[in-house]
Amino acid sequence: MAVTPPPVVLAARGLTRQYPGVRALDGVDLTLRAGEIHALLGENGAGKSTLINLLTGAQPRDGGTITMDGVEIDPDGPGGAVKAGIAAVYQEITLLPNLTVAQNLYLGREPTRWGLVHRSRMNQEGAALLRRFGLTIDASRPLSDFSTAVQQLIAIARAVDLSAKVLILDEPTASLDTAEVQTLFTLLRSLRDQGLAIVFVTHFLDQVYALTDRITVLRNGRLVGERRTADLPRLDLVAMMLGKTPTAESHLSRRPAAGIPAGAPLVRAEGLGRRRLVGAFDAELHAGAVLGAAGLLGSGRTETAMLLFGVETADQGQLVVDGKAVTLRSPRDAIRLGFGFCPEDRKLDGIVAGLSIRENIVLALQAKRGWWRRLSTAQQHELADRYIKLLDIRTPDAEKPIQLLSGGNQQKALLARWLATEPRLLILDEPTRGIDVGAHAEIVRLLENLRDRGMALYVISSEIEEVAAYSDRVLVMRDRAPAGLLEGDSITPAAIVNAIAADHHTRGAA
Amino acid sequence: MDMKTLLGSRKISRQGLARRMLGIGTAVLLGSLAAGCDSGDKKGLTVGFSQIGSESGWRAAETKLARQGAEQRGITLKFSDAQQRQENQIKAVRSFIAQGVDAILLAPVVSSGWDEVLGEAKAANIPVILLDRQIDTPNVDLYLTAVTSDTIEEGRVAGRWLAGKVQGRDCRIVEIQGTVGASLVANRKKGFEEAIATAPNLHLVRTQSGEFTRAKGKEVMEGFLKAEAPGSICAVYSHNDDMMIGAIQAIKEAGLKPGTDILTVSIDGVPDIFKAMADGDANATVELAPDMAPRAYDILLAYRKDHAPPPKWVQTPSKLYEPDTAAAEYARRKDLY
Amino acid sequence: MSAVTQRLKAARPQLALLAVALLVNVFVAPGFLDLRLQDGRLFGGLIDILNRGAPVMLLAVGMAPVIATRGIDLSVGVIMAISGAVAAAGVNAGLAWPVAILAALATGLVCGLWNGLLVAVFRLQPIVATLILMVAGRGIAQLITEGRILTFTEPHLIAVAGSTLAALPLPVVLALAAAGLTGLLVRATALGLFVEAVGTNPRSSRLAGVHTGLVLGAVYVWSGLMAALAGLIATADIKGADANNAGLWLELDAILAVVIGGTSLYGGRFSIGRSVLGALVLQAMRTAILRAGLPPELNLVLMALVVAAVLTQQSPAFRPVATRLMARLKNKEAQA
Repeated sequence: MAVTPPPVVLAARGLTRQYPGVRALDGVDLTLRAGEIHALLGENGAGKSTLINLLTGAQPRDGGTITMDGVEIDPDGPGGAVKAGIAAVYQEITLLPNLTVAQNLYLGREPTRWGLVHRSRMNQEGAALLRRFGLTIDASRPLSDFSTAVQQLIAIARAVDLSAKVLILDEPTASLDTAEVQTLFTLLRSLRDQGLAIVFVTHFLDQVYALTDRITVLRNGRLVGERRTADLPRLDLVAMMLGKTPTAESHLSRRPAAGIPAGAPLVRAEGLGRRRLVGAFDAELHAGAVLGAAGLLGSGRTETAMLLFGVETADQGQLVVDGKAVTLRSPRDAIRLGFGFCPEDRKLDGIVAGLSIRENIVLALQAKRGWWRRLSTAQQHELADRYIKLLDIRTPDAEKPIQLLSGGNQQKALLARWLATEPRLLILDEPTRGIDVGAHAEIVRLLENLRDRGMALYVISSEIEEVAAYSDRVLVMRDRAPAGLLEGDSITPAAIVNAIAADHHTRGAA
Repeated sequence: MDMKTLLGSRKISRQGLARRMLGIGTAVLLGSLAAGCDSGDKKGLTVGFSQIGSESGWRAAETKLARQGAEQRGITLKFSDAQQRQENQIKAVRSFIAQGVDAILLAPVVSSGWDEVLGEAKAANIPVILLDRQIDTPNVDLYLTAVTSDTIEEGRVAGRWLAGKVQGRDCRIVEIQGTVGASLVANRKKGFEEAIATAPNLHLVRTQSGEFTRAKGKEVMEGFLKAEAPGSICAVYSHNDDMMIGAIQAIKEAGLKPGTDILTVSIDGVPDIFKAMADGDANATVELAPDMAPRAYDILLAYRKDHAPPPKWVQTPSKLYEPDTAAAEYARRKDLY
Repeated sequence: MSAVTQRLKAARPQLALLAVALLVNVFVAPGFLDLRLQDGRLFGGLIDILNRGAPVMLLAVGMAPVIATRGIDLSVGVIMAISGAVAAAGVNAGLAWPVAILAALATGLVCGLWNGLLVAVFRLQPIVATLILMVAGRGIAQLITEGRILTFTEPHLIAVAGSTLAALPLPVVLALAAAGLTGLLVRATALGLFVEAVGTNPRSSRLAGVHTGLVLGAVYVWSGLMAALAGLIATADIKGADANNAGLWLELDAILAVVIGGTSLYGGRFSIGRSVLGALVLQAMRTAILRAGLPPELNLVLMALVVAAVLTQQSPAFRPVATRLMARLKNKEAQA
């Protein structure tokens, strides 16, 4: 059966966006066809958001062209993306909750009579518009009266009604329940059948396979490839996202410690979990061993760290430290037990920008000592200088504001913050994200060094080869629940990718 | 006193609900007592009083005298505290109209925006008497009369007293004004300047705002004492007693004797200034009489009897007190305020 | 570079401003800088500025850490009124003066605790949380004074503002001592670091183990205590508790003093010393305006102009120009 490919609606070629020091998007192509739902996939920092911002004109591009129906357009120029027929709906709904539904639908283009807003007509037309989207609601009520799901549908209705030919949905299902997701999918399929081109960004692979026709994968600002969904096995998709082919040989040799040390673990999580955050998982953390955690973005991998460090309090299972059950109500409880935590988002959760490198390094130790037992200025300098030297943090001196450091050096300073507390367990969430290659290797070596000196490490990473290289055990997370635990020789990048990609039918067997 | 609110100024004052309830309770009690006695007016007059609030001692005294005066005359007083808000006053007046009172007393918190509600009172044939402040309206028929002091006259009385006190001697005067921008302040300044203009030996050398408060009055006086050559200030005129009490402290702390080295004259007649006069620290105060409601009652009773409309403005006397009667006046006032 | 010279260097803009403000005073009233010792107490224009500026200095000392945590305390003026009312009502009810003073200070602590609870535990925005007390507090003070100015004659309470210690008026000694104690408390312990960390990035601070709730609560409690002390001074100064006017709008002066002192309203770095200098700059300008003999109608206009000029001078865009201007002015002062 010969299939004539549907006409191309939007073609982006060689899109490039440069940030200071980083090339966020590097010559990326995207082709959207009429009547298709196109998944745009990639891990954090892959460049999805930047690509969307270039298409909607939220940011100017530094290179590349965009054509709509064969005509070159300029989304950030006069006329803009909306006029060209590109509309976007974001995860955080950008409508105005205190206005009515109809006011939101017609904001900036209200029907008027004698120069005044024709309110009753606006409400009627709004209700009629929403009925076409399967929503029967009173459009004169304030938007905030409705659930997130309904607001999402209203946002889509507004976007499509703005004569959109291309509809971009950024994580539209993140805060919806299963039934709401189905409603949304029904709507999206009907929009597709009307000839719309839809870009669907998500981190739920099941939804990708349930809904989309075609997939574009980005990684580190580059295009990895475009495939038909039906032709791309799940395993290959995960491999594309993580940048590894499951069969390829790892260039990192496996250098784990002499296996899991005998004796009781330092920390044992038994069915630890929290409703709406992460399902019950087990984990054992031994001194001198690395537990790796792998999984895609949104798989629940970060959430395991939040429970282990008391950022969130578990509401099921138990945590045993030194053979005693403990409840962590705040990070301070965890720090008291000798835990440390380098979070994934360095800027938001890690560094205290504005304070000096010295102050950032001493912060955790000082907090552990309490406010009345201040480290003297001399002690602080000694500590900071020692770690700057030990970890080779590149800075002229310890008094520079920490935000002036490069990403890798900021990460080292955060490591220094925790090493200064002499922790027994160090939890690291994506310790090598956004760091240049040199610093990357240094940090991996440093982690191995710490393990060899008897520290327990819990390392969450989307760098599969790294995780495979230094972990003694690997916890694989998927859909906010554990999907498998790999041990010893079974730890290979391929096995990890397999565990991540396994669909519902094979999960039980893993 | 209450100049802060006279100005409709920024001083915010609030009254505890408890006290307000107590006030209403008292009014009801007094009303029933009066009804029981049934003296004076045959019928037992019912009067509604919409008061601004209780932001100062003077205001509290005005309220107290309104209650006492009503009791003495056998009038049932319905009292409402507006807590500095015009909308509360409008509500109160409407409720008085609905209750069918015989007359309404209104101490207006602001000067404009009364035409509609006063029109309603007029339509209901209920006379309204303004207390303490005038209102802006093109239609003076909306109210029966206004009982207020003559604020220019207050300044004149103070000035005349000072001119008489120093006789022909040269006298350099400093003035502590109230909050800038109020008509009251302009009037008290104008009256004083008028009175001393006739005496070439009196010179107003400095004027500064003390914002009607003790603390600012003290700070301003300290500044005057520093800025002027030692011993060169002969008298201080203050737009209210509170600022003068602050100024007296400043004079004392500068090592001078207020009332002797520097003459004082101020306006209001609050108890503390009488105490200062009795102690020899102050020379004179011009009283702003707080018995405005009783005067209004008498006007009302006379009007009901002979139906001759009173003049549109009834001025309360601006009486000047000196130390000779201060001790007695203090004793008379200290429980009133 | 020693710590002292480093601090002086950091305070250069504030010192320059103060120098300008004092210069204006000299211009308005020659002999302003003269100091004389009489009956064991110093007299002179500088002492007057310190003395009159003491309440706002105290408020600024309490306000600086609050603002450093990205907060604000709008209730300090009202806390002054309440604490003054408590002290006055206390001695008038026959309490011994130390008890009345302690009760007034305790009132400030309780008010601060209330603010701290709302901000740290109930997570209200500081501007809203402290607005509650700002609005309701004056009513509380009025209930205590029954709407009058509560005059008292207790000599020890009056002495809080009227006596002399080490040749200085007691309010000056109290304000400087409170500033010193606060400076010591934040810099000799780790509180200063925690305050700045919480104000800059509360999430990172919590993850690093800083007890953010405790830090937030503590700064409001301290601000309440400083305000209570300021209220005692203001009340003792006029020998009476004026619930309607005590501390009125002084919260704004305190905020301004802290801002002039170089603390950003977005939180982070703060300095007690520079905030005190900020308060003195304000008081020096106010004194100059009061003594200039200009029509009082100009008071607020002048103050507004001066404040606008000061804050413009601190804006990053204007700083190079201002620095040159200040340098020239200082030269002139040196020549004079």
